Amino acid sequence: MSALEWSRALTETTLAFHIIFATIGVGIPIFISIAEWMGIRFNDPHYSLMARRWARGFVITVAVGVVTGTCIGLQLSLLWPNFMRAAGHVISLPLFLETFAFFFEAIFLGIYLYTWDRFKNPYVHWLLTIPIIIGSSASAVFITMVNAFMNTPQGFTLENGVFTKLDPLAAMFNPATPSKVAHVLSSAYVTSAFVLAMIAAFSILRGRQHEYYKKSIRLNMFAGLILALATFAVGDMSAKFLAVMQPEKLAAAEWHFETMPRAPLVYGGFLNEETLEVTDALHIPLALSILAHSDPNAPVIGLNEFPRDLWPPLYVHYLFDGMVTIGGYLVFIPLIFLVFSFFKRCNEYNRWILWGILAGGPLSLLAIELGWFYAEVGRQPWILRGYMRVSEAATTNSHVQLTFWLFVLLYLVLGTVCTMVLSRLFRNQTAEMELEERRIIL
Amino acid sequence: MSLELIGITVLWIFLYGYLIVASIDFGAGFYAYYGRVVGIESVIRPVISRYLSPVWEVTNVFFVFFFVGIVGFFPDTAYYYGTALLIPGSIALILLAIRGSFYAFANYGARDNHLYLLTYGATGLLIPASLSTVLTISEGGFLTVRENNVIFLAEELFFSSYSWAVVLLAISSVLFISSTFLTYYAAQAEDWPAVGWLRQFSLWGGIPTIISSLFIFIALRNHNLRHFENMLDIWWMFALSLITFMLAVWLIWKQRNYGMAFILVMFQFAFAFFGYGISHLPYLLYPYVTIISGVTNPAMGRALVIAFVAGLFLLIPALILLLRLFLFNLKYVKGET
Repeated sequence: MSALEWSRALTETTLAFHIIFATIGVGIPIFISIAEWMGIRFNDPHYSLMARRWARGFVITVAVGVVTGTCIGLQLSLLWPNFMRAAGHVISLPLFLETFAFFFEAIFLGIYLYTWDRFKNPYVHWLLTIPIIIGSSASAVFITMVNAFMNTPQGFTLENGVFTKLDPLAAMFNPATPSKVAHVLSSAYVTSAFVLAMIAAFSILRGRQHEYYKKSIRLNMFAGLILALATFAVGDMSAKFLAVMQPEKLAAAEWHFETMPRAPLVYGGFLNEETLEVTDALHIPLALSILAHSDPNAPVIGLNEFPRDLWPPLYVHYLFDGMVTIGGYLVFIPLIFLVFSFFKRCNEYNRWILWGILAGGPLSLLAIELGWFYAEVGRQPWILRGYMRVSEAATTNSHVQLTFWLFVLLYLVLGTVCTMVLSRLFRNQTAEMELEERRIIL
Repeated sequence: MSLELIGITVLWIFLYGYLIVASIDFGAGFYAYYGRVVGIESVIRPVISRYLSPVWEVTNVFFVFFFVGIVGFFPDTAYYYGTALLIPGSIALILLAIRGSFYAFANYGARDNHLYLLTYGATGLLIPASLSTVLTISEGGFLTVRENNVIFLAEELFFSSYSWAVVLLAISSVLFISSTFLTYYAAQAEDWPAVGWLRQFSLWGGIPTIISSLFIFIALRNHNLRHFENMLDIWWMFALSLITFMLAVWLIWKQRNYGMAFILVMFQFAFAFFGYGISHLPYLLYPYVTIISGVTNPAMGRALVIAFVAGLFLLIPALILLLRLFLFNLKYVKGET
């Protein structure tokens, strides 16, 4: 493999690892905040304990998120020096703002963790969650703006390889920004809801029956339903955006080759890369036109409009299908749960639903990975769509392979130790034990 | 003031901030481990962890801020340093990653694990050594450009006396800054046994710090004469650095006013660091990148400066709040809350 391929592999590995912790880091503060607020407002110590326990686990994931985020931040320059040299002129503003948001979050997280019982008025401590939420969500917003810019670059003129006539704000608020930012945020929130519900479902399945776990599931499933629906709506918005601004990405995801009106949606199936024939797929008539333009008669641009060397890899179809399928699952599970809890005679905490919730945690994380791989691989061969190819951006340093293995080792160690520490943290001190310790008997 | 000067001043101030907070952090990790080895852990560990716990994340942000800022203000540096520093940069990153996450693991998960503490202590000395190679490379002579390819001369760096002088200075100043701060912090907590040990550390730490900085002058003279002569032009900054150093050591020796002593140490490093920085100009990477050749587009530069000023309005109150709640809160320092 060449330096280019190793650079891509290392960037993929780092991002794939980082995104798990980043997603949790963006979403969980909201739930900590909600739980703490409910605890104070309804004088329910179960929720207050929930906030504490979530915060304790959260710190560990944040630590890994911070260090892997630092890695990807520097790797941008180490692996893609040509890209940073050129695009640095245009995108350094959102990168810079991202560090400010991160700074803000770091300061208040430190304060929050060490002032649990320090204020007479409990709402003062709760208020500290607000800057943490603002900081973590704002850093997601700014970094997504950078990624959106790489998909739909604007705000500059390219003259003889030099970026001139810059408009930093236009670069930040490019056409891809709204749908991307909204999708990243809502999917991070929904994933966090499922990850937290997963933990409680696991405890109940292990035979613990305390009301504490049920309250956690109820809170997370209720929020999860709203957020999963919102994510679906935003995903639809993204598809409509792609149909206009990046038709090749949508066409690759749908194996849509010929431009045509009344386009069907291809779900599943296999592709013969030589003849471009699709077999065993489910064709849903008109659905692609509706998805792309909200109009069954609207024409959808096919891949054949683009030269073959500008096609993204066609395996992105599987990633896209996987993401959407899991998205449907994440709506279905909380819906079932809420329907069951509405009818008195049904037990919404039966084994099957609990297993469904448990699976929702890893599945939602998988959907995040699939979605990002689709978004990133889907803009191949470009690093800056229409301006710079990935092959022109990579480092010329010949030691990328060694670096790759070093980082793989690092992520293996971090992943293992983090899982170990987290599971030990909660196994050695169950919610029941802590309830008793804090003399919460309800 | 021109854009490139504003940019480099801002960045240099942040790098200085990182130098101080990271030194305290890195040194504290080393002392925590050393304390366990020589059997004085119960004496100095409480002081150290009370300081570190609320600030460990903030330290890291100073570093991120610097490298994002320098690529923003001077995109050319991303090209040269980025290509050249793949290996040393990655090693520093891996060490930082291990350190940052293991601190959280140890403190919020499995406290008192020997291996975690060893990792934490060891990385505290290795990271400053690996990060300081960037400063060495900036003097020139360790990179060449052949057919549009930047090539890093690792062997030159390894066998350069200047580079070893920088490493020595980095490590010894980490230990020195950290111990003077922790002496002050322990004195605030009225934890006299801890003060006794930490005071010893800072007195001993001062000696290699000052020897290695003198050694750097000599080595730099051989390596980059232009820079050395620029330094002589502002010799008074280095003289002030030496005077503040001597005053600080004198105060610590006399066991009084540790707070003042730490401020003097901050001044000592401020004079030396800014003196070094000013005499380095206009080069960011000798002889390839100057602050004028490498500066970003003026529109982006303006936007960055505005973002920076706006960001400071958020950061400064937040940082003050953090300091007031933990560092300068006597009740917290004494462990009463």
